[in-house]
Amino acid sequence: MFAYIVRRVLIMIPTLILISIVSFTALQLPPGDYLTSYAAQLRTMGEQVDEEALNSLRERYGMGQPIYVQYWKWVSGIITRGDWGQSMEWQKPVKELIWERLGLTVALAVFSLLISWGIAIPMGVYSATHQYSIPDYLMSAFSFLGVGVPAFLWALIIMYFAQTKLGINVGGLFSEKYINAPWTWDKFVDMLKHLWIPGLIVAIENTAGELRTTRANLLDELNKPYVELARAKGLSERKLLWKYPVRVAMNPFFSTVGWSLANRISSITLMSIVLSLQTTGPMQLRALMSQDMYLAGSFLLLLSALTVVGTLISDILLAWVDPRIRLEA
Amino acid sequence: MKQDQLLISVKDLRTYFFLDEGTVRAVDGVDFNIWYGQTLGVVGESGCGKSVTARSILRIVPRPGRIVSGEITLYRKCDRSPSLRGENPSQQIEEIKLTDLDPTGREMCSIRGTEIALVPQEPMASLSPVHSIGNQIAEVIMLHQRVDKHTARARTIEMLELVGFPKPKERVDSLPHQLSGGLRQRAVIAMALCCHPSLLIADEPTTALDVTTEAQILRLLRNLQSELGMAIMYITHNLGVVAQMCEDVIVMYMGRVVEETSVDALFHSPLHPYTQALLRSIPRLGQKTRERRRLESIRGTVPDPYAIPKGCSFHPRCHQRIRGVCDQQEPPYVEVEPGHKVRCLLYQP
Ligand SMILES: Nc1ncnc2c1ncn2[C@@H]1O[C@H](COP(=O)(O)OP(=O)(O)O)[C@@H](O)[C@H]1O
Ligand SMILES: [Mg+2]
Repeated sequence: MFAYIVRRVLIMIPTLILISIVSFTALQLPPGDYLTSYAAQLRTMGEQVDEEALNSLRERYGMGQPIYVQYWKWVSGIITRGDWGQSMEWQKPVKELIWERLGLTVALAVFSLLISWGIAIPMGVYSATHQYSIPDYLMSAFSFLGVGVPAFLWALIIMYFAQTKLGINVGGLFSEKYINAPWTWDKFVDMLKHLWIPGLIVAIENTAGELRTTRANLLDELNKPYVELARAKGLSERKLLWKYPVRVAMNPFFSTVGWSLANRISSITLMSIVLSLQTTGPMQLRALMSQDMYLAGSFLLLLSALTVVGTLISDILLAWVDPRIRLEA
Repeated sequence: MKQDQLLISVKDLRTYFFLDEGTVRAVDGVDFNIWYGQTLGVVGESGCGKSVTARSILRIVPRPGRIVSGEITLYRKCDRSPSLRGENPSQQIEEIKLTDLDPTGREMCSIRGTEIALVPQEPMASLSPVHSIGNQIAEVIMLHQRVDKHTARARTIEMLELVGFPKPKERVDSLPHQLSGGLRQRAVIAMALCCHPSLLIADEPTTALDVTTEAQILRLLRNLQSELGMAIMYITHNLGVVAQMCEDVIVMYMGRVVEETSVDALFHSPLHPYTQALLRSIPRLGQKTRERRRLESIRGTVPDPYAIPKGCSFHPRCHQRIRGVCDQQEPPYVEVEPGHKVRCLLYQP
């Protein structure tokens, strides 16, 4: 198992290098850069542009150099000093801007994953074991709604209800007084209170699909001979259900954890813009639009790296639940 | 081996599958008894309802199947603690109507595995691919004998040793796919025997195995039976195996028992035309190929299960059918000689 994990981690390294090259290059593709557009903006507003200062900034950000030199400077800065570069728009080091937002994005993704598994798995198991019953039909109807209605619409509907009927403020992830406050227990509790609504919204669109998957996989497993033998051994229905077929039917969930986390991160981007949440989404969008390249590049790199890490987690989980994989590796 | 105590009695059992295309009468009026210590062979072409009969006894008929009528009774010896077995001739017999029990209820679950155990057809598919064989065997022991993990594991290893599993201590944690077919089947047999059942239902336990392994497993089952004294209901389509394994046999055709007899009588004086045809279809050494081919198969095929023929269900394929009788009348089940019953109009008294 340990050797297996080490090997998977080693495979990650070239993947990450490739991702960093691609994301950095992609950012250089549009014409112009942040400083030229910034200077142009200043000029149209009739302000003086200090060429001296601009040049020193150019020097500092390494602009005008060949792209591989710029790339090398950026990457070596990250590796040796943990320096992700400077955000030009925010006039702050990138590292001061991204970690909290990244943390919130990940928290939201994991949270919504837990919500949707918590709903989809028991419902899917019920649906499969009570095939063609009324609750089974209801759940099918629900899952079609969940798949069919786009998430942003759910966001608006739920936001409306939460605000008007429940009196909960769903915009943002914190109450007013905590927004710029340092992290404390109270701030954390406050965040959890705000997190569940966006978590639920992001969960909805995935829950529906996961419910269908659970039901279909479990129906496939339920008539397998190993389930029959477990029954013939005298195990109670409930015990044998959770020990054998559900366990096997869950494998696809574990093997796609990484992918579904990545999927959720993109749903969260959209959601955060609608609900104005302080996650990576809105900031990344802005950085891309204003060509704030170190900020945008760092986001791209980190979010892609998360996907890679997610895949690693998938593999480890799968090896954990399916000993065949563990032993063969 | 046969004792005079009845273990299972099956009376007029009917198990149907209700499909969209129609009703499949998989088991359609089956009667037979199993005695303590008896080895009863159940033979018939595939699809004749052997497995469904076994599942009915265990009450694990899958949906959309259901026992629609009939009675299955288990005569359970009340005091079954091994040390007292045999020392107490006046054991209490408890009569349990399995057909009246809730198939998922506690009482039925406590009978499965302890009184009646199953050795299925495909050992690979019948074992969970993601649990070790030790786990799957110890589970039964913990469930029925209420012992802790440690004891259960020790007993698992003993059981594996009993069924001739090489190096049980080292291999108890193997996964099914790491074992050969023969070893998997041994593991499944260990699992079935670990709570000393009174009846072992072996549903074609060697069909998935090669001939050499089959011979080993058959020898193992015979030895285990003489050691442990349980009854075996041995399901097979192979009459050669019946000759080796069983004392008595029932022959099934389209959901019914058409003949019941001792194995000797089955081979020397078969009564039902279907049984006779089955016996003729066994290839024999020294037979000429042309002759063999002519004898090899029974004329025609099993009819469509949705449309069971009127009268005797075998009449469309029968050489000895009587026009106007066999296609009209239901054959009665008659006892031609003591212990030799047949369902055929030729033997109508
Ligand atoms: N799960 C099921 N669903 C529908 N029909 C079934 C099912 N199991 C068995 N049958 C039908 O019952 C009949 C008897 O099957 P079975 O007892 O498995 O035959 P065999 O004698 O080969 O063991 C067959 O016609 C089969 O089609
Ligand atoms: Mg069968």
